[in-house]
Amino acid sequence: MTDMLAPVAPTELETGSALEYLKNKFPDAVKDDTRQGFGGVVIDRSKLVDVARAVRDELGYDYLSSATAVDYHGISDHMEMVYHAFRTSGGPALVMKAQTPRENAEVPSLVGVWPGADFQEREAYDLYGIQFPGHPNQKRILLWDGFDGHPMRKDWKEAYYEEDHKPFESRWPKGYVRRAEELNIFGKNVRYPADLDLSRLTDTSEQSIYSGMGLGVDVQELTAEPGQMRTDRLVVNLGPHHPSTHGVFRMVVTLDGETVETLEPVMGYLHRNHEKIGERNAWLMNIPFTDRLDYISSMGNNMGYVMAVEQLLAKGARYTPPTYRAEVIRVLMVELTRIVNHLWAIGFLLNDLGAFFTPALYAIAEREKILDFFEATAGSRLMCNYMRFQGVYKDLPERMRGTSNTLNDKIRDFNTMDYLAELINERLPRSIDELDHFLTDSEIIKTRCEGVGILPPEMGVAYSATGPLLRASGVPYDIRRMDPYSIYPELDFDICTRPNGDVYDRYLIRLDEMRESIRILKQCLPRLEATQGEDIFAGNKAIYAPRVPVGEAYGRVDNPKGELGFYVVSEGDPKGPQNPWRYHVRAPSFINLTALGQMCKGHKVADIVVILGSIDIVLGETDR
Amino acid sequence: MSQLDLRELHSPEFPVPTDMQGNVAITSLSKIYNWSRRSSMWPLLFGLACCAIEMIATAASRYDLSRFGMEVMRASPRQSDLMIVSGTVTKKMVVPIVRIYNQMPEPKYVMAMGACASGGGPFKEGYNVVSGIDQYIPVDVYIPGCPPTPQALLYGLISLQKKIDGQSLANMDDVPWYGVGPSDPVPVPVLGPDIIDPRQAELIRQQAVLAAQGKPFGVRELSGAALGVRAAVPVVEAKPALEAATASTEAAAELDPEKAARLAKREAALARKRAAQGGEKSE
Repeated sequence: MTDMLAPVAPTELETGSALEYLKNKFPDAVKDDTRQGFGGVVIDRSKLVDVARAVRDELGYDYLSSATAVDYHGISDHMEMVYHAFRTSGGPALVMKAQTPRENAEVPSLVGVWPGADFQEREAYDLYGIQFPGHPNQKRILLWDGFDGHPMRKDWKEAYYEEDHKPFESRWPKGYVRRAEELNIFGKNVRYPADLDLSRLTDTSEQSIYSGMGLGVDVQELTAEPGQMRTDRLVVNLGPHHPSTHGVFRMVVTLDGETVETLEPVMGYLHRNHEKIGERNAWLMNIPFTDRLDYISSMGNNMGYVMAVEQLLAKGARYTPPTYRAEVIRVLMVELTRIVNHLWAIGFLLNDLGAFFTPALYAIAEREKILDFFEATAGSRLMCNYMRFQGVYKDLPERMRGTSNTLNDKIRDFNTMDYLAELINERLPRSIDELDHFLTDSEIIKTRCEGVGILPPEMGVAYSATGPLLRASGVPYDIRRMDPYSIYPELDFDICTRPNGDVYDRYLIRLDEMRESIRILKQCLPRLEATQGEDIFAGNKAIYAPRVPVGEAYGRVDNPKGELGFYVVSEGDPKGPQNPWRYHVRAPSFINLTALGQMCKGHKVADIVVILGSIDIVLGETDR
Repeated sequence: MSQLDLRELHSPEFPVPTDMQGNVAITSLSKIYNWSRRSSMWPLLFGLACCAIEMIATAASRYDLSRFGMEVMRASPRQSDLMIVSGTVTKKMVVPIVRIYNQMPEPKYVMAMGACASGGGPFKEGYNVVSGIDQYIPVDVYIPGCPPTPQALLYGLISLQKKIDGQSLANMDDVPWYGVGPSDPVPVPVLGPDIIDPRQAELIRQQAVLAAQGKPFGVRELSGAALGVRAAVPVVEAKPALEAATASTEAAAELDPEKAARLAKREAALARKRAAQGGEKSE
């Protein structure tokens, strides 16, 4: 009877069968990754582009989530690029790897297949020194031109290098503390190559930014058709110090009069070496660092990292998943964070539109109420550092009293559940309605936003856009539904989409998502009541120094700004290393910017600011 | 706090009739000058990282900076008095920051907000992170915290106001901007293979000379080895590093006798320290 069944189209194959399909199609080039704890396929790099094209076109993995490099120096002495491709219709990842020797490292570029690989390959070139033949714009992205070396390589040591892994022997258990400046003769965090020649030292860090622009003189007059206005071509730098770039972002814009011809994002002004530090840290130490990625939604970042490490822990013997109460608290926190983030985003989008600070003031006022709850629960307003492996740091307090503001807290003393119920049932919906009422139908906002910065759905998927940015283009891609985690499968909520993909839709979708979050939060409340008093750790015991089994994992969550992924590799110590070998953050703000240049083309200067505001980036995450 | 209350300004040594108090004040020029400056401190609208979010929250309705006359955040450095360095300073960003600082008119103040701006913070060990903005520009107030709460920032701002109140017009060290000619700009760092502070060019050159002779670049005296802790520098290089340290003393001696004397003094102190520790160990 089996031959009567219609053959399954390759685009609907399960991941396992999809890998089989690839191995049959490319018998020489595609091999299983047989290392213990690893999955996916290893692809011969000479055939990488062909295989990737088959994965996209024949198997339907149209969405490249993450592309990152790993340096296995000292283990197998090669580097590899790891690609995680997904289907926008949902389902698990197809993991591909391409290996290259460490000397003259080279992997063909996949920008032609998935344009979303653009920035990620540039980052791999910048930090690992892997060459990407075929990349249209291969140059450093986070560091400056002329930087000495590729810092994420395992044999590259920073100026304040002490040891490979924390806790450092000098600090623990012996307890010596020494300022790192004391070892460096310059008293600064600097290291120079031995062949440094100061005599011919000029600042060349910006050369390549302007190199493609054909600049002879600053201003070039453009000949216009008769009867039209004569314009000049000029290059304008927006940022890194600019009030509307949401931090230290910089855009180099070529203008024809007031119209944008090209726009190039320049980043790295907040590149604080998150990943290098993360690989020195023990597993647990990274949780507070994740807070500082997307510093407006720290709870969401915690969740992504914790889930990635839990995936690894689950491969070991002594793993117990988080209790139901812990999961409910996590979802509660993450959805509150989403509201915080979207309130902030809308407030500052309006700021960028010229409604200086008034809408933002209203948005921030409501946000403070949520931060009060975070402060009472986690101890900190902004950097919550709240989630732990297999649970959360602490249960919700019975009563909400802040500790830092004693003057106000004579008044601020509430039953936590009452406070939450009031917040979720009354205050937040009211403030969302208020924003909706005053902003949505405003004539100015409509005129400035409608039809501006359109991101077509195909382009959004191709450029690996995620989150509200992609959903506003009409692609119903939400990881909470497509690749469900935590207790989301049992919760009732919808994926919001908007059809047009312009700035106005991106504003509206944030209102929609906040309302969906309220729906989720309302379902969380009875679950919190029902699980009152239950453990937040399985067996009521937190694990602070986990031995994480060898292997790799990619944990991803739908953060307010988009898909936040953590690619972690545990390697080295056979007993289970205490430190990640590779700790990569797939940052939505970073990858969402890939399409910015395309979206701004042909718009006016004032619209750039609005389009950037509608993407909603945060620089801690963009530059990491 | 900043509303006009003349009794606050009045100096008690000049009595004023009771019914005129609140209308007339006799005060010193310094006092009224400082009062007007600290009551309209305009910060630069300038955020770097996470701390900027708390800075914005401080400016918003709940904490309300305008109580201190500080709500007018200017996006242009040429209109601002106070730079709040709110966040991690990276090597790539310190260049624009120094440029912006140089563009601010005197009198200008700098506030290092948070652990990163004060000393590198949690990201200090990173290869692209500056260990505190005070390595490049002078800082008036440091605010601890990661990030500091709005309350902490307000406390920092009040501390700055106190500092301004204490500056006397009679003392040129307090008000150097009344000196002759414009003050010198801070030299802008250069991004080479790593960030280069022009003020350290001579030191870097000396080290480069040593490096050309095969000595390790930029390694100071190995205090780690002296403490009996495994040092950051591989043991093989330890000996040349010590040689380099002595050699640098010799090289410096040729350049500047005063500096050489200081270096020699430090060498002697270190030798004494080492001897003392050696003695402890042998016991």
